[in-house]
Amino acid sequence: MSTFNPVADLGWRIDTLFTNFIGWTLFILVVVEALLVWVIWSFRDRPGREEPKPVHGHVGLEIGWTLIPVMIVTIISVPTIATIFRTQATPAPNALRIEVTGRQWWWEVRYPELNVVTANEIVVPVGRPVTLELKSADVIHSFWVPRVGGKRDLIGGKVNRLTFTVDTPGTYPGQCAEFCGLSHANMRMLLVAESPEAFDRWVQSKREPSVPPTGVAEGGRAAFMAGGCVACHAIRGLSSGVVGPDLTHFGSRQTIAAGLFANTPENLAAWIKDPPAMKPGARMPKLPLGDEQLSALVVYLGSLK
Amino acid sequence: MSRHAGVWSWITTVDHKRIGILYGVSAFVFFLIGGIEAVLIRVQLAFPRDGLIGPEAYNQLFTMHATTMVFLAVMPASSAFFNYIVPLMIGARDVAFPRLNALSFWIFLFGGIFINASFLFGAAPDAGWFGYANLTSKSFSEGANSDFWLLGLLVLGTSSLIAAFNFIVTIINLRAPGMTLMRMPIFAWMTLITQFLIILAFPAVTVGLILLGFDRFIGTNFYNPAEGGNPLLWQHLFWLFGHPEVYILILPAMGIVSEVLPTFSRKPLFGYPVVVYSGILIAFFGFGVWSHHMFTVGLGPVADAAFSIATMLIGIPTGVKIFNWLATLWGGRIRFSTPCNFALGFISMFLIGGLSGIMHASPPVDMQQQDSYFVVAHLHYVLVGGSLAGLFAGIYYWWPKITGRLLDERLGRWNFWLFMIGFNVTFFPMHFLGVMGMPRRIYTYAPNLNWELWNRVSTVGVVVLTLSILAFLLNSVQSLRRGAVATADPWDGRTLEWSVPSPPPVYNFAEIPVVRGRDELWARKQGRRPPVPEPTRAPSEIHLPAPSHYPILVALGIVAVVAGALIHLWVSIVGAIVMVYGAYRFAFEYRSEAHT
Repeated sequence: MSTFNPVADLGWRIDTLFTNFIGWTLFILVVVEALLVWVIWSFRDRPGREEPKPVHGHVGLEIGWTLIPVMIVTIISVPTIATIFRTQATPAPNALRIEVTGRQWWWEVRYPELNVVTANEIVVPVGRPVTLELKSADVIHSFWVPRVGGKRDLIGGKVNRLTFTVDTPGTYPGQCAEFCGLSHANMRMLLVAESPEAFDRWVQSKREPSVPPTGVAEGGRAAFMAGGCVACHAIRGLSSGVVGPDLTHFGSRQTIAAGLFANTPENLAAWIKDPPAMKPGARMPKLPLGDEQLSALVVYLGSLK
Repeated sequence: MSRHAGVWSWITTVDHKRIGILYGVSAFVFFLIGGIEAVLIRVQLAFPRDGLIGPEAYNQLFTMHATTMVFLAVMPASSAFFNYIVPLMIGARDVAFPRLNALSFWIFLFGGIFINASFLFGAAPDAGWFGYANLTSKSFSEGANSDFWLLGLLVLGTSSLIAAFNFIVTIINLRAPGMTLMRMPIFAWMTLITQFLIILAFPAVTVGLILLGFDRFIGTNFYNPAEGGNPLLWQHLFWLFGHPEVYILILPAMGIVSEVLPTFSRKPLFGYPVVVYSGILIAFFGFGVWSHHMFTVGLGPVADAAFSIATMLIGIPTGVKIFNWLATLWGGRIRFSTPCNFALGFISMFLIGGLSGIMHASPPVDMQQQDSYFVVAHLHYVLVGGSLAGLFAGIYYWWPKITGRLLDERLGRWNFWLFMIGFNVTFFPMHFLGVMGMPRRIYTYAPNLNWELWNRVSTVGVVVLTLSILAFLLNSVQSLRRGAVATADPWDGRTLEWSVPSPPPVYNFAEIPVVRGRDELWARKQGRRPPVPEPTRAPSEIHLPAPSHYPILVALGIVAVVAGALIHLWVSIVGAIVMVYGAYRFAFEYRSEAHT
């Protein structure tokens, strides 16, 4: 997760600048600390040491050690300004637009041009600029995938943008970086970068409605409809709740509960049984489902690839 | 009852020295509370997925740790020195408004108790010391947690403002004859600058808190985006206060260091006017950089660039100060007594905090560091390695003056070295955690991110840091019980507080000194100026303000007014009556027996 190991142009630009800063600050640190230690050691009180001369100041020295920091500040501010404008430039016309909405405590992800809706896992193609449009449905959150680059806040009543191009396929963890209440620590996510072909395949499969259930899963769908799930969750062609994450292709996600647990039948069953126990403060209530209904529901949700 | 003994004499005291001691002791108690909160935080983070503390308690702990350390420990600890030392330094018998001084102390104490009382109701503030809107709005924070916080901060702000006006008037008007501003000891200068910062910064947060109070208590929507309000308004108001607040916390420590280094290297402060001007410049720039706390909110590239440059500029006067300290040491005869050790520790640690500060002055770099543990490391290098080390230097330096007894040097060395080791082991690894992607304010983390090692190291560091504080406690208790008796001038000091006995008599100076230059006492001891003249009248004839119980009454009234907002309207009404009555009696109180 190290910021020293970026996988996107945004991260690289920041990393280059940061490395530059580390160089300068380490240089100053070593010089000044060494000077300090040398002065302390050389002028320590020893028997026979003369009474010091009362030196009150020196104009030349004052000018000198004012100009040195002025110079260093000038040198480091030039690449800073350049990087500010480069990283906040207007995105290229071919940029992929993704709307990310922060909610206590999960991420809603929409691809308005591709008609795809998902949650907590942002899939992007490598090599193509991506512009995240960041919004909040409640309090302030902050989007941060360290290896992609810096963070940008999600604020109610405002749309923020973060543009980057990922250069290496892979799965990169991230999490909310602005304190957003009880389960702030549990608001995690994954950014999945795919080759353009794999990304197109992913988009295709996510645009299709989910496969109709068979066998046990059919009972699961009935539980979904009857058990109160529909009030909050959307499954395309079945329900249109907007309070919780869209579950149309839930089965193909790697994690549940905003990146908190692996998407396994066991974890899912435990989650549905008592969400606040798995994630303090979770808005999803305990639902009165029988064991049979529960296991059928788990099979059904898992089948929504 | 005698005015010099007993609890009542402390409750009604208007003596700046006693009020200074009250500030110091209260600050230390709050410091211990804040420290315990920090230890609990570190214990929780030593292991991933630890279940020791749930998110509810954890969020309260980190909120109260910061609130306590900033408003109830470091600020009042500085106030202790303003109160006790500044009048002595400038050759005054008290502050300009002694009863107002008592009032600001009692408001501070009751405000601090009020905020901490929230623990008793399980409703300690839990939205961070910065209390970002709209998390603090009623819809996302139903309980009284944020009410305690906002009401408590309003009360504490009142205390700081009253004290600030008092010290400005004191320093401007009560300097001894001949002590021009540019002959004033540097600590008095930094105190003066700090007070201006307080009166300019606190109104911003007060406005922000009052708007928040409106939102929470009467349903306005200043910060509610759903109804057209703007949560960023809070951030601007808060940081317009919050950044100068950083200098309110660090400038007094810089003043202490600038007093200690000359004394222990037996040389005058190098470049005195430059050190004064750089302090003023730091304070001035401090009001033009608040948005560097907001580089991730999307203010746009132009604002980011402007605030970035302004922030980096602060590095210049700060660097100048460090070079002047080094030049003060250069050619000196440095005695490594504990005050000097802490002052040297201050320079070396503050430098690290300053340099990491330059890093996040750059908005792109800050995009990675903001709200990560890198920033936690940075701020603790400034506030613990900086402010706290400076305060320890001040404690060891002026303790003999205040108590009349010396602290033990051997325990002092334990205190110092355990502090330096514990501090660095605790906070340096946080730089690594930050660049490894660990955000702040998380009560738990996943085990597969390689964050365990440095978190554990950091927790071990806290143990060492705790031992350092215990060494100080032991040292102070021993000193009070059977410490070596201190002379008036144990360090061969340079400024006027060392010209009076330790502890000073209630009237400070039998004869108000006449000042002819900087380092007045030093010059007299060198025989370059006439020695202190014999007093021409008996101390019993010196006019001193009479003790008063109205300050504490007014303070009680004020706290009852805000507590009523959480209990019942009647409590507020009774509080208001008490406050107005107290203020009325306060205003017309005059006693002619105001002599020792």
